[in-house]
Amino acid sequence: MQNNNQQLANIASQVRRDIVRMVHQAGNGHPGGALGCTELLVLLYFDMMQHQKEFTMNGDNEDLFFLSNGHISAVWYSVLARCGYFPVKELATHRKINSRLQGHPTTHEKLPGVRIASGSLGQGLSVAIGAALTKKLNADNRWVYVLMGDGEQQEGQIWEAATFATHHQVDNLIAFIDLNQQQIDGGTEQVMANRDLKAKYEAFGWEVAICDGNNLEALKATIQQTQQDQGNGKPKMILMQTVMGQGVDFMMTGHHWHGKAPNAKQTEEALAQLKETLGDF
Amino acid sequence: MPELQYSFTEKKDTRSGFGDALLTLGQTNPEVVALCADLTGSLKMTGFAQAYPDRFFQVGIAEANMMGIAAGMTIGGKIPFTGTFANFSTGRVYDQIRQSIAYSHKNVKICASHAGLTLGEDGATHQILEDIGMMRMLPHMVVINPCDYHQTKNATLAIADYEGPVYLRFGRPKMPVFTDPDQPFEIGKAITFISGTDVSILATGHLLWYAIEAQAELADQGISAEVINLHTIKPLDQAAILASAQKTGCVVTAEEHQIFGGLGSAVTEVLGQHLPLPVEMVGVRDRFGESGTPDELLKKYGCSTQDIIQACQKAIERKKAFHQTNSTLV
Repeated sequence: MQNNNQQLANIASQVRRDIVRMVHQAGNGHPGGALGCTELLVLLYFDMMQHQKEFTMNGDNEDLFFLSNGHISAVWYSVLARCGYFPVKELATHRKINSRLQGHPTTHEKLPGVRIASGSLGQGLSVAIGAALTKKLNADNRWVYVLMGDGEQQEGQIWEAATFATHHQVDNLIAFIDLNQQQIDGGTEQVMANRDLKAKYEAFGWEVAICDGNNLEALKATIQQTQQDQGNGKPKMILMQTVMGQGVDFMMTGHHWHGKAPNAKQTEEALAQLKETLGDF
Repeated sequence: MPELQYSFTEKKDTRSGFGDALLTLGQTNPEVVALCADLTGSLKMTGFAQAYPDRFFQVGIAEANMMGIAAGMTIGGKIPFTGTFANFSTGRVYDQIRQSIAYSHKNVKICASHAGLTLGEDGATHQILEDIGMMRMLPHMVVINPCDYHQTKNATLAIADYEGPVYLRFGRPKMPVFTDPDQPFEIGKAITFISGTDVSILATGHLLWYAIEAQAELADQGISAEVINLHTIKPLDQAAILASAQKTGCVVTAEEHQIFGGLGSAVTEVLGQHLPLPVEMVGVRDRFGESGTPDELLKKYGCSTQDIIQACQKAIERKKAFHQTNSTLV
């Protein structure tokens, strides 16, 4: 599926409305990171990824996406529903009893589109590497994508995986880091400084690019540029500079909306800033 | 009277049963892949690694990453077998197994060597005695602890055909080889090795051989012990446990593990709910191990043949008292 920038921007606006409304209706959740990663997920699922609407766990000959920072599930659920994996009205069940849309994504309730549980941080990069190795063994030349948080880079397993990916030349993998420089307790540089992630991944042997993660054009160009190096033996990293809470002005204020739901008045205020383009759930 | 007298003519390590079966699987099942965290020789995975280099992945000393990669490799149809010591296969990576493998229901076979006291001289840091407990608490995790070379080999072959996560526990030392090499391994199906009427010995892993030794000595004392092999701790063969306990009236469990959380706990959970009877548990009692030879350690930590014999005698005494109390109550 391919869409032009205006179409993608319209979808992104609707996805942001979905996120705000889902988190408000649940009474809790993680809107900030979800809003900040909306461009990436919309771009991948509505424009760049080759994927089937009929979901299969194996995803043979499809591009695969893994969400390692599972707490931003709201954006993934909205995008999956909006591109047809399950009914849009099911978004209303997010974080509620008997729902397939658990607080953190899971295969356990068999939600189409999800291939691994995530939430306990630091595990998704390893999983994506495994899926990428299997694609190589199966002579399947599609891409594996994985999104991680920047706070998540504090987990040790990430660096085990980063070492492995270079050693085993996992070059069919594109990893993204949501570089919003915020985590629950505050700014990443105050809580536990990541220092220079570009230099760190380069030292681990990765090919690293940096771009504005909230700019559809810049993000697409960076992904396309990165894809030209398929087969060069290097795992690939795109550091996306984003703003936590992007699209809702009062949420773009540091770490405060990492894990907090807007009340009714705040929700109304947020929705006034986001055009309804595809119809609310 | 026992139908069979068990004996052995050779000693082999259970880990070699795993390694030999893995090599066979390399040939018979193209979807099988193997991962190892810098213990290829110890796990006896060298044969597979050399014969199928494209399907073998050296992960280095990074067990958490190994579990995640194994989970990911199932997406696309591979059947990953991970290999490292039991300690690093469980406690070190519990959350990775819980989220990426068990909760995600991934078809990963977690193959764990050097389990229990019989690891020996390396001492308590490596002698995990809690792994069965940790693994059996995870919903839908299959937990298997075979007793000798042949059973480990057949179990390894069997789990490749089972769809879902499995924890396979085996050990380091050379132990008696006494099971039938041609007996197919049935997950969750207990095996009655020796029939008896006075006490049921339910044993898993290396301690099955010691249970057989105990049975022979007890027979000389005029005590008829039934020896049952619970190679699968989860799913547990409840019917076999209840049938044997009903017949003999008392039970002894034997395992190379803490008595908390392992086979003994699993058996008492069944009996407590369905058939409360005297139970004696042979296992390690809330202690860490230490360096020593396997035999020295089994003796010091209460897991020897003599410990099983004493536990049987005590269970039978308690059974008599149990019946007297019950008849008084009537």
